[in-house]
Amino acid sequence: MTRRCKRSDFEAFADMQPGPSSAPSLAQTTSRANLAGWLYVSPLVLVLVPFFVAPILVVLAASFFATDGFGGLTPGFTLASYVEVLHSALTLKLYLATIKFTLLTWVFTLIIGFFVAYFLVFHVRNQLLAIGLFLLCTVPFWTSNIIRMISWIPLLGKEGLINQALLATGVIRQPLEVLLFSDLAVVIAYVHQLTIFMIVPIFNSMARIDKKLIEAAIDAGASRFDIMRLIVVPMSKSGIALGTIFVVSIVMGDFFVVKVMSGGGSASVVSAFYEDVGVLQYPTAAASAVLLTLVLVAIVSLILRTVDIRQEITR
Amino acid sequence: MSDKVKGTSTSDPVGTGAKADVGSRKKLSRRTLLKGAAAVAGAAAGSDAISGFPTIWAQEIKDIELRHVGVSYSVVKAIGDQAAKDLGFKVTMQNLDTSAAINRFISQPNTVDIADLEGWQAKLAAKRSVIQGIEVKKIKEFDNILPIFTKGEIDGHKIPRQGISPYEAMYIAKPDSADLNDGVTEWATFLPQVYNADSIGYRPDLVGHEVTEWKDLIDPKFKGKAAILDVPAIGIMDAALCFESAGLIKYGNKGNMTKEEIDFTCNKLIELKKQGQFRATWTTFDQSVQLMAAGEVVIQSMWSPAVAAVRVKEIPCVYAPVNVKNGKEGYRGWCNGMGLMKHLSGKKLDAAYEYLNWYLSGWQGGFVARYGYYSPVPSTAKKFLTPAEWAFWYEGQPAPEVVNDPYGVPMEKTGTKRDGGSFLDRVKNISCWNTLMDEAAYMNKRWNDFKVA
Repeated sequence: MTRRCKRSDFEAFADMQPGPSSAPSLAQTTSRANLAGWLYVSPLVLVLVPFFVAPILVVLAASFFATDGFGGLTPGFTLASYVEVLHSALTLKLYLATIKFTLLTWVFTLIIGFFVAYFLVFHVRNQLLAIGLFLLCTVPFWTSNIIRMISWIPLLGKEGLINQALLATGVIRQPLEVLLFSDLAVVIAYVHQLTIFMIVPIFNSMARIDKKLIEAAIDAGASRFDIMRLIVVPMSKSGIALGTIFVVSIVMGDFFVVKVMSGGGSASVVSAFYEDVGVLQYPTAAASAVLLTLVLVAIVSLILRTVDIRQEITR
Repeated sequence: MSDKVKGTSTSDPVGTGAKADVGSRKKLSRRTLLKGAAAVAGAAAGSDAISGFPTIWAQEIKDIELRHVGVSYSVVKAIGDQAAKDLGFKVTMQNLDTSAAINRFISQPNTVDIADLEGWQAKLAAKRSVIQGIEVKKIKEFDNILPIFTKGEIDGHKIPRQGISPYEAMYIAKPDSADLNDGVTEWATFLPQVYNADSIGYRPDLVGHEVTEWKDLIDPKFKGKAAILDVPAIGIMDAALCFESAGLIKYGNKGNMTKEEIDFTCNKLIELKKQGQFRATWTTFDQSVQLMAAGEVVIQSMWSPAVAAVRVKEIPCVYAPVNVKNGKEGYRGWCNGMGLMKHLSGKKLDAAYEYLNWYLSGWQGGFVARYGYYSPVPSTAKKFLTPAEWAFWYEGQPAPEVVNDPYGVPMEKTGTKRDGGSFLDRVKNISCWNTLMDEAAYMNKRWNDFKVA
């Protein structure tokens, strides 16, 4: 968006240069265009400023305040909280743990999401059926994600269905403890919750691929693998990037799934600063929150740099 | 929710599934039954309370609404409904977890009328000047409140002050003082309303011997079958009780550890975690019930009603009597009390005092007794308990008849005795109280080290 705006601004500016006589009418059109532009963005601005920008400024301010340790904040400017957060080995461990969950979740949601979308777009000939199946993917999301998560517990527990089945068939003698209250359980819950966020954008970008292109590739003798590698994947890039942004930001910002599914045995960046808030250490919690925001901004801009989503979408 | 989870996780999914259904149906009738019972009890309790007010007062207070905010095990809707009925004004009960509650009291004090505070939260709330002192003279039953709270002793026994004991947090010198006062004054920070002595819950059939010491929780025998409470401020004290019990360390004050003591405790916890001692950690009541009922753990730090909830599912579960011996062991005590928020004034403040007085008048004491918690004024609670309930819950005698839970479901068979014995046996063996340490920030950081290890 920014790029296009800049270019048109520049063009308008350049147009204004040659003849001052034509300037008034041009200025009028630009101001009208500006007004329309502002009207377009105003709903978003009205939502984002009070519900996103303002709170984050408060958090930013709090991260520089000093505290008396009992929830009292002294307005001022100190970097003490940042020094503490950045100097702590705990921060590194928390980020490593969180990034581990993020990567695992991303890999599995991507693989599953990609192939589900691929199947729906290229293998289901009937469009009505494809849309029907697509909607079917969203059915689990009609219930709360907390319910979807805890439903895994009776399945994965020591006396859960999987362990009982394995014990009954004699595959194992002792119940498998790794199934629940483990990193595995956390990843399972995340993948279950977030795969839809991959399916939707990838489905969307795949659906735009012109089928004739693939027919032409087949006619030209391309193998299925080549079609996948040279056509489908590159042309689904924007969907993959969007899905990645959703999955990464949700996993990195979560603490509840980690807490419940790891049985409290694991922590995440967010769960740690939630505990800080619990003992009224607001500035350190705020500093950790700001740090996490910066990390996420960096990750998202990296993704956007790799894939020009805007260009892909308007293609 | 927990019914559903349990239904599929036990060895007999069909049977328990059916039971869960019966349970939900029962709940309906249970609720109606409760309503009836409450009405009768209310009539008994209220007759004296309501007739005391002139009609004009009754007109004026009709529009008053008190918002009582706190944790779910202390701020109970059924109690608020009963209070509203007896007092004639509106009472809204709102539940938050411990950390969300204290954050709300401090950052949005005007959205709360009655803050439900633990001792350490009362200290914080006073320090932040969000509460006003309670004028002791206006509390009718104040002289009947057990001296545990008002004087720091009971039955000639000094209440230990490791952690923040309710007595320690009870008084301030003036209604607007920010610092606690050591010694009795005319102004209270909070009015104790419910408390208990916490210990370990275990499955007697799977543990194989009677547990009377905290060290059993860290016994390698129960590797992968033990759990601990994951509320850092309290969890670390349970851990400290274990390590002290095992003779690994002697704390100066478990409730206010030095940095070295915190390091020792958390390092030891990390070591235990790496050895696979803990199957899980739990944060809510439901989770602890679930862990025990689904056979995930056989021993864990636990709360009294959670033990009862496991037993109601007909799974044997004992609340370990961890009496103090050789300067070790003992229960971890906690107490929740009501604080008046600073913004209360005029008629609303009068209503708040009426509410506090109602709390100590017995109905609530009887209600909480039926799930194992105590009232600071047992003499009034006794009037709302049957002789059998009183004998079981307070006197530690074998139940003369079947004992029901607050909703009328049979809970204990005739002849069973309360784990840990009588009221005095239990409270005299409290060795430390829930707290917020001076080194809370450091402790929290080390606790997170344990979590992420």
